[in-house]
Amino acid sequence: MSKIPLQFRHNGRDVAIFVDGGTNLLVALRELIGDMTPKFGCGQGGCGTCSVLVDGELHLSCLTLAETVAGRSVETLDGLKQGPNLHPLQRAFADHFAAQCGYCTPGMLMAAKALLDRNPSPSRDEVVEAISGNICRCTGYEPIVNAILAAAGGRISA
Amino acid sequence: MTRHRGRGMASINYPIGMNLGGDPSQALVHSNPSGKFTVALSSIDLGQGMKSVTRQICAETLGVPVEDVYVDTADSDTGPHCMGSFASRGTHRVGNAVMAAAREARGVMMEAAAEELEVNAADLETDGRGNIHVKGAPHRSISTKDVAIAAQFKQGKTISGRGIFLVPLSDVDPETGEMSPATCYAHACLVAEVEVDDETGEVAMVRMDSAYELGRALNPRLVEQQLVGGAWMGVSHALYETPEPYYPEPIHGPRDFVEYLMPGPGDICPHDIAVLERPAPDGPFGAKGPGEMCANPVLPAVANAIFNAVGVRIDDLPITPEKVLRAIKSQGGARPQARR
Repeated sequence: MSKIPLQFRHNGRDVAIFVDGGTNLLVALRELIGDMTPKFGCGQGGCGTCSVLVDGELHLSCLTLAETVAGRSVETLDGLKQGPNLHPLQRAFADHFAAQCGYCTPGMLMAAKALLDRNPSPSRDEVVEAISGNICRCTGYEPIVNAILAAAGGRISA
Repeated sequence: MTRHRGRGMASINYPIGMNLGGDPSQALVHSNPSGKFTVALSSIDLGQGMKSVTRQICAETLGVPVEDVYVDTADSDTGPHCMGSFASRGTHRVGNAVMAAAREARGVMMEAAAEELEVNAADLETDGRGNIHVKGAPHRSISTKDVAIAAQFKQGKTISGRGIFLVPLSDVDPETGEMSPATCYAHACLVAEVEVDDETGEVAMVRMDSAYELGRALNPRLVEQQLVGGAWMGVSHALYETPEPYYPEPIHGPRDFVEYLMPGPGDICPHDIAVLERPAPDGPFGAKGPGEMCANPVLPAVANAIFNAVGVRIDDLPITPEKVLRAIKSQGGARPQARR
């Protein structure tokens, strides 16, 4: 199979890679770019832990053909913190104990970012709706919902 | 179609750990020449916070800041033996082992400090901020870092300790066969309120109120995190999860996250939790462990609440809409019970 050249922006940086036809974005990010923050959960869109933003829109990277992001901007959890400073959402997740095993956390954070980027002060129902495609086994969701609401309200304390 | 509200209660006694083979866990604690301590465990933190809690236990026992302790759970091939992370045993069993190891390491640390300060080790105390000083004379002081350097490069000592916790073998009464399978019990009570739709058979959680008695809560935020998440798992087992097929052929069974049902963020309900702390005599700093029992009372409480709502007694999990509907049909309609 011939390789396809692919260029896109990855967390604000231009990247160029060669992918096999049919390669999904999750594999491209993890294995070719080395960004391990999107996780492989189910590989078929059922769990949400591979979630990334493409041009600001939430996508399941396991179901996104890598070729379709050519020339577009892909944001992953790796791009969330600015230098040593955690993103307010990350800070809120820590303060609200919104992670236990942590496997769903990258997808939860990206789903939350997609929400807050378009709706800076969501209602509780809107937060629930925004993370309804992401499965968490440990937390019971409530700490995650509370963390996102706190980040939205600027109340980033414990 | 009517939606019926119902309330159910359940209370449990939950044994911490198990008795098989004495249920042992080991821990090793040693200082680095920097004066920082490493706890070596084979026990695995699955996200419940065992690394945080054993770190606290070690720091408290050694008398050093929590930042000076690192817990390494990396490798069960090379680490000291542990039975595993299950049966709510982490805080109690592993915590006790860490405490024993830290106590022995503290003894060596104090001896090494005594040699440097030229005093008797019994006259020394730690300040919890990384210093050891003569009791009543804080100016006669040495940092744990300097003690570690002296032990390593001057005295030729390892500041280290070994710990194990083993449950004493329970005697069996020859007449009755009675024995004590556990040394430590936690307790919980939970009230669940549900709404049952008698047309669809669907059960919605309305709210939960619970009280958990789990010894001393060594890290209250982690305990709360466990209880909130564990109750969700209880709801999940009560109403949603099963590896069994719903329909005759096994091929119809759940094969992935899309088909294996679990409650999502929209299915959760308010949950008010009271934590009661009655320190366990044989727990590390009185701790028992929340662990598995966060989920346990939810299942019978939900089953009881469904009975209270529509009068059907379902004893087969999960309580799916199909089971609720069939039960309502066979008794000739919903029969709401009295609410107290």
